Amino acid sequence: MGIIVNLIGLLLIAFVVWWFWIYKKRSEARADSGALDVIVDSGVYEPSVIYAKSGQALTLRFLRKDSNPCSEKVLFSGIDVSADLPIDRPYELSFIPQEKGEFEFACQMGMYRGKLIVE
Amino acid sequence: MTNTPQNSKRLYVSDMSCASCVDKIESALKSTPGVDDVAVNFADKTASITGAASEDLLIQTIGDIGYTASMADDASDSKRENQELLHYRDLLKKTVIAAVVGLSILAAMLAGILPDISSASGRVVYGIMSILSLFVLSYAGGRFFTGALKSFKNHSANMDTLIAIGTGVAWTYSTFVVLFPGGLSEVARHVYFDTATIIIAFINLGSALEMRARGKTSEAIKRLIGLQPKTARVVREGEEIDIPIEEVIQGDIVRVRPGEKIPVDGEITQGSSHVDESMLTGEPVPVSKKVGDEIVGGSVNKSGSFMFKAIRIGKDTALSQIIDMVRKAQNTKPAIGRLADKVSSIFVPTVLIIAVLTMLAWFNFGPDPKLTYMLVTTVAVLIIACPCALGLATPISVMVGVGKAAEYGVLIRKGDALQTAGQLTTVVLDKTGTITEGKPVVTALEPKDGTSEEELIKIAASVEQNSEHPLAEAVIEASKEKNLELPEIGSFEAISGHGVKANYQNKTVLLGNSKLMKDSGVNLGELLGRSEELSKLGQTVIFVSLDQEPLGLIGISDPIKSDSKDAINRLQEKGIKVVMLTGDNRATAGAVASLVGVDDFIAEVLPQDKANEIIKLQQMGEKVAMVGDGINDAPALAGADVGFAIGTGTDVAIESADITLMRGSLNGVADAVSISKATLGNIKENLLGAFGYNTLAIPIAAGVLYPFIGVLLSPIIAGAAMALSSVTVVTNANRLRWFKP
Repeated sequence: MGIIVNLIGLLLIAFVVWWFWIYKKRSEARADSGALDVIVDSGVYEPSVIYAKSGQALTLRFLRKDSNPCSEKVLFSGIDVSADLPIDRPYELSFIPQEKGEFEFACQMGMYRGKLIVE
Repeated sequence: MTNTPQNSKRLYVSDMSCASCVDKIESALKSTPGVDDVAVNFADKTASITGAASEDLLIQTIGDIGYTASMADDASDSKRENQELLHYRDLLKKTVIAAVVGLSILAAMLAGILPDISSASGRVVYGIMSILSLFVLSYAGGRFFTGALKSFKNHSANMDTLIAIGTGVAWTYSTFVVLFPGGLSEVARHVYFDTATIIIAFINLGSALEMRARGKTSEAIKRLIGLQPKTARVVREGEEIDIPIEEVIQGDIVRVRPGEKIPVDGEITQGSSHVDESMLTGEPVPVSKKVGDEIVGGSVNKSGSFMFKAIRIGKDTALSQIIDMVRKAQNTKPAIGRLADKVSSIFVPTVLIIAVLTMLAWFNFGPDPKLTYMLVTTVAVLIIACPCALGLATPISVMVGVGKAAEYGVLIRKGDALQTAGQLTTVVLDKTGTITEGKPVVTALEPKDGTSEEELIKIAASVEQNSEHPLAEAVIEASKEKNLELPEIGSFEAISGHGVKANYQNKTVLLGNSKLMKDSGVNLGELLGRSEELSKLGQTVIFVSLDQEPLGLIGISDPIKSDSKDAINRLQEKGIKVVMLTGDNRATAGAVASLVGVDDFIAEVLPQDKANEIIKLQQMGEKVAMVGDGINDAPALAGADVGFAIGTGTDVAIESADITLMRGSLNGVADAVSISKATLGNIKENLLGAFGYNTLAIPIAAGVLYPFIGVLLSPIIAGAAMALSSVTVVTNANRLRWFKP
């Protein structure tokens, strides 16, 4: 019995490490032309990984469905872009990512998290 | 915020860049179902739509023809407030329902009136409790479960994950006990319905309190937005009419009566007044305004009535730019918060691992009933470890700090500048326009015997008419005061760094420094001695000669701003070294330096070399701020650790520096340093509190104190502590609102 419980516990830990840290596949989208819709709901951005091209105008149309105050802001670290998101109405955030690289975007508390990959 | 009726919507079309766009947008909107009327305003890039069509449809319609539309900001602000209020009330309702159910169960259990769980009646009573608490979990806590599921699917974990697992495990275990009481030893047959429901009540209450406290953090922005008047009185076809501010177009002539707010930026065309610009600049004394002077939208007309021409409207007004800038700055984080961000990002999965380890530790080494101890400690760890407080610690203080600075006319562009301003060791001040008014005036006129003051200034001003040098303006201004008519000059030659040579009524005039005179063989005689005396008083001296004969000298000085000395003192009291930088000669610079009491001065610096002086100071290990007028000093401002631009409300260059001082006073630098130190202190308190809370609370929840003093943390207490942690952080940040620099 003891061995089984301990084994289950260790498997749970391994699962947490694998699911949240190692297995990184998330909902992805490519912002090639026009505005890309980003849904803000229940603690996540969908898509949470956005690919964009450097030097090209990028428009992200955020639709915040979540009334939680955490979700009211979205901040892109490293590229000085941020926005206050209204609830249930689209908010278009347009900017031109100049530098190539990976930029995290998150709510003010860092609970909603996403990544902008500029190629 | 706007005067638009309920069925009217206002969209902002950012890329409406040509007059033909107006027709295109107008016809697209008109052909949209549910649109009754459309008015497109090219001037402020907005479209006002009447009708039942949804905002999404309208934005989509404009998008389809190749433009980008969003809701006009002012409308969304009030809407957001309404939604926040609804959400706040909803949270309170959920808190009450969860608390009533949870506390009733707790009271019944404490009173000992419940039947034995193994009995038939007991199973019915506990079964009802299970159903009631399931209702609370789904109604009042449903968002945690949907949030947890969604983020789980997305391979991320957040506070919802912890709360959902914590309360879900408590409810599932308890329901298992009710359904299969024989499956567990008697001591482990305890239910935790009260725990699960009271935790949900506490967390909802915490969110509601946090929301309320957060609302206060953005008061500075709300006040700025509130400065914008809703209507303007414009002259149209010879009549004065009141129109909504968004209908004012560039070039409109606007009337402002005493006591009214100025609607947009412009230039006075008729009348004069005193205008209170304090909400924009922090300057308490109303400023005198006359024909030709610029006025800023949002400021208050105190006395007279005047007309002005609208120059900047809508998003281009100084106030709109300031609001936009403060908003952006409030959303940036200084370096100090980055560690917390990193911790937050790995926090939740780490807590899940700690929870499993806690469970295993109690299973392997804990006393009986092991299952109960495992459950209590695991749930306590999950519930207490919410990283909300950690995540909020930095941004919430920045938000209040940046807003506070804006109240004092100090516009901070980035969180990093806010952090660095509090760590400065040296402040370098440009002399002209920063310490001084930047408007040189003639302060000494000393003709030689046989020459009158009028003659001296007339000859000098006639020559200077052709010069663009700042000192020339002072000479011409002095001639105007004496109502002198200036004759035309025959030829004119500027001798760089020395002065000018010109032909005046067939005679050669030299105007410049002593070197020019010496090189030209003019014998200055006793004028030289007098010149040295004036230089020691901080005046710049120009000699005038006519056909090799000295006519006299003119002393010019740039008056020191009335509060420069006090502001420099304030900086020195904070332990900051103050250095003055100027292109003036050493004698003049030294005189100004001693008048205002700077620690050191660097004279005879060419504009292009200012940045090098900053680098030299940085190489000596100093944390350097440069204060200048934002245009001439751009390289030095950019090179300094913090660049302060002295601007005015109408200066479009407010984006050129890390920090812009809306009023000319150097007190803004001292204010910025004080606010920065206070904000940084506040962030540190928050981070210490949040880190401390989590690093102390998690081991206690896991039961490290149990072997020593037999104490375990109740998951209910953990829930209360978690709910209060972020409220504490927000409340602490709000203390900054009362800070006075």
